[in-house]
Amino acid sequence: MSDASINTKAVDAGYGDAGFGDYFALLKPRVMSLVVFTAFVGLLAAPGAVHPMIGFASILFIAVGGGASGALNMWWDADIDAVMKRTKSRPVPSGRIGADEAKALGITLSVFAVVMLWLASNVVAAGLLAFTIFFYVVIYTMWLKRWTPQNIVIGGASGAFPPMIGWAVATGGVSVESVLMFAIIFVWTPPHFWALCLFMNSDYEKAGVPMLTVTHGRRVTRNHILAYTLVLAPIAIGAGFTSIGGPIYLAVAVVLNALFLIGAFRIWRRSEDAAVADKYRVEKKFFALSLFYLFGHFGAIMAQAALAPYGIGGW
Amino acid sequence: MSFREEHELHKRRFGRNVGLGVVLGSFVALVFGLTIAKVTSGDLAIQPAPQSVSQNEVSQ
Repeated sequence: MSDASINTKAVDAGYGDAGFGDYFALLKPRVMSLVVFTAFVGLLAAPGAVHPMIGFASILFIAVGGGASGALNMWWDADIDAVMKRTKSRPVPSGRIGADEAKALGITLSVFAVVMLWLASNVVAAGLLAFTIFFYVVIYTMWLKRWTPQNIVIGGASGAFPPMIGWAVATGGVSVESVLMFAIIFVWTPPHFWALCLFMNSDYEKAGVPMLTVTHGRRVTRNHILAYTLVLAPIAIGAGFTSIGGPIYLAVAVVLNALFLIGAFRIWRRSEDAAVADKYRVEKKFFALSLFYLFGHFGAIMAQAALAPYGIGGW
Repeated sequence: MSFREEHELHKRRFGRNVGLGVVLGSFVALVFGLTIAKVTSGDLAIQPAPQSVSQNEVSQ
């Protein structure tokens, strides 16, 4: 083997011999960690026991499916990612991996994850995973993202499916509880993302992505954040009265929703001048709280499920 | 004696090959574990054949 084995064409083009970490980065590991966490909570909260090995493998295949859709998103959005400060160092826009490679890896892993989840658990869970990948890649990435400021509202559904898939792994079906877990993430996504948009606006503007802040202005975005938070609170607290809830969940949900509503109200009340003056302090605080909000709710559901065998918690 | 000059690219490629090897090895172990779990939890148990029609029923 000589140096001729180095693909000089690819090197000249700037890609072709990326490291292993670059391929891993293509799967959006941070998004994957959220997928793993919420799918695991869905699996744990579901009635009935699953063999630990089957549970572990199922969560892994759900994560691979989520990662595959991330790779396909990076393939399609390479032009947008190259413009935005937050995303320009990703493997495709930075040139470490070719867009075609990302597409091939994404398609292969999507098929692999769905088939393996089917074999490991059941057809409902695999079907939901296939629909999630389709929804994220085709409906959100290819269609809505560049077309409507409602992109994040409808597209947010793809991020809301993992707990439903986890639930389906254990039960083989869908129920009120799994739909409520879906609804929490679905309605939480817009205020979470729009808060980010309020202080990262220039990035989206530059990339030509029709975010609400760009198309309808910041005042309307602030109104929307409050409206969605008002819708979210009864859903999140209401989940506490189903079989996934209990006193621990309910206490956490009441406190977190009160804090979230206060935060949204402060954002709504503020003028743009005040926000610029303190460098979007309230918006940044609300964004940080939104991360804690989701973790808190799903952590509480997990706590309820974990404590149930000891007779603590649960209705 | 090797005449090949080490290039930074070789290091990256080696890392990628090792990574892929670990992933494939883990996948084999996972499928093995999954098979054992399925077999022991009865998911893949062979269903008993349906009772054949008794001689009496045939003669009637």
